[in-house]
Amino acid sequence: MIELSNVSKTYGSGDSAVHALQNVNLTIPKGTIHGVIGLSGAGKSTLIRCVNLLERPTSGSVLVDGQEMTGLRRRELNHARHRIGMIFQHFNLLTTRTVFDNVALPLELMGEKRSAIKNRVLPLLEMVGLADKAKQYPAQLSGGQKQRVAIARALASKPNVLLCDEATSALDPQTTSSILELLRDINHQLGITILLITHEMEVVKSICHRVSLISDGKLVEDAEVGDFFTAPATQLGRDFLIDFLQLSPPKELLERLEESPSEHTHPVVRLTFSGDAVSTPLISRLARECSVDVSILQAKVESIQDRTLGLMIAELLGSHEQTQQAMSYLEAHQLQVEVLGHVQRNV
Amino acid sequence: MSSAMFDLILQATLDTLYMVAVSGVIATLLGLPLGVMLYVTRPRQILAMPVLNPVLGIITNIGRSIPFIILMVAIIPFTRMLVGTSIGINAASVPLTIAAIPFVARLIEGALNEISPGLIESAQSMGATPWQIITKVLIPEARGGIITGLTITLVTLVSYSAMAGAVGGGGLGDLGIRYGYNRFKPPSMLITVVILVVLVQGFQSLGDYLVRKSDRK
Repeated sequence: MIELSNVSKTYGSGDSAVHALQNVNLTIPKGTIHGVIGLSGAGKSTLIRCVNLLERPTSGSVLVDGQEMTGLRRRELNHARHRIGMIFQHFNLLTTRTVFDNVALPLELMGEKRSAIKNRVLPLLEMVGLADKAKQYPAQLSGGQKQRVAIARALASKPNVLLCDEATSALDPQTTSSILELLRDINHQLGITILLITHEMEVVKSICHRVSLISDGKLVEDAEVGDFFTAPATQLGRDFLIDFLQLSPPKELLERLEESPSEHTHPVVRLTFSGDAVSTPLISRLARECSVDVSILQAKVESIQDRTLGLMIAELLGSHEQTQQAMSYLEAHQLQVEVLGHVQRNV
Repeated sequence: MSSAMFDLILQATLDTLYMVAVSGVIATLLGLPLGVMLYVTRPRQILAMPVLNPVLGIITNIGRSIPFIILMVAIIPFTRMLVGTSIGINAASVPLTIAAIPFVARLIEGALNEISPGLIESAQSMGATPWQIITKVLIPEARGGIITGLTITLVTLVSYSAMAGAVGGGGLGDLGIRYGYNRFKPPSMLITVVILVVLVQGFQSLGDYLVRKSDRK
């Protein structure tokens, strides 16, 4: 449905050139919800704008619905854009138009008749739950309602693709989840392919099927959401996950951490486990089989779609050999073990 | 006040309104498109034209920098060509219009500049043509700012039209100078000034009312 091949975007030239996107390859099958996550300035905005050519790629190909977007003439491009809806972080509703007229705008642009417009707009407002607000102006609506109007507007021209540019970033958590639910329904009922960009793991976790991680204009990961949350392939992916789970060692412990082990220290590890490992009593087995005591500092279990993910920060108490053996034991049982540092033994 | 004086004042007021109306309407009809052009041909705008934009900007600035009293005299040949005479209210309307066009254009440009770029971007994402963006997004969304700008223009035209009196243009300014100043009749001068104040107040209140009515924010 959407296929980006070797898409690059460079602003400026020579020494001052900024490479916003570098050789991005991305395939999004019909009917799926694909998330692109990254820090600000990573190129998310540029990437999503390359799909409907609000930004023209410097090189590469953009296929939407089998149509090469970069080769279209202005007129053809406008037609193609009717098939691609887009919603924005700041909603971008016209302040001087009512809710009804905002949703009618794309249809007016296509030259639809007034009666046809009415027949299309009212069911859309019904669908986003704002049928009673048709005559109000955007200023009278809450942020979540504005985004609902924007969604109805984006769907007015019956697009096959919906682009969401940080669509929930300006909303509170509760409103965010109701908007995400609406997007999931739309994807489900209308089979619309959704590409969304975000910096929030929560968004990816709740509605995406697949996710790409973008960093410095490059896609560094592309995975099923379940895989990404249980075993991110890159350090940046892990950082996002740890930040999302709000799992980092207590400050007091961080201050005592030493980088290399010595005779009087023991390791502090972060364990990530998923799948069967979650339901296995590994910690008590560890104590029995390796004679290592485990002091749990933090632990958390999250369910992501149909997967379960566990994270734990713990001190392993034992001799150097024992703790080494313990770590190998854990790794053998499909746990990811990350040594955060070493702390002095409490005497 | 004699009835002859009253008739004079009434006629002068109507003359002033005539000049302001004629020049205001024509300057809006020409200044609005110029203002839109100044905006949409900017770099990275919907009709970016890197050569035309600065040229339009310079022409507009020249128009705005010539003092009105000098402009009035300088374009007398042009005025004569257009209306056949260089005195009277029709003749005075010509320099008033010429002076107001760049004025209107810059105010319109400023009003358009207040529109969030996101609105233009979202219209583009819907497949809007530049003309559709101008007529369905830019001008409606800048409505309040445009009305404010036109109000400022009308008020400025009232005071400029008084200046036109200095060269026999007719209207309240002309009356004030001939009767109040040259014949030293302070009451006439005072009445002219009071009427001008009332006119300006009236335009401003009307403008404010229309802006309030159009405001949906």
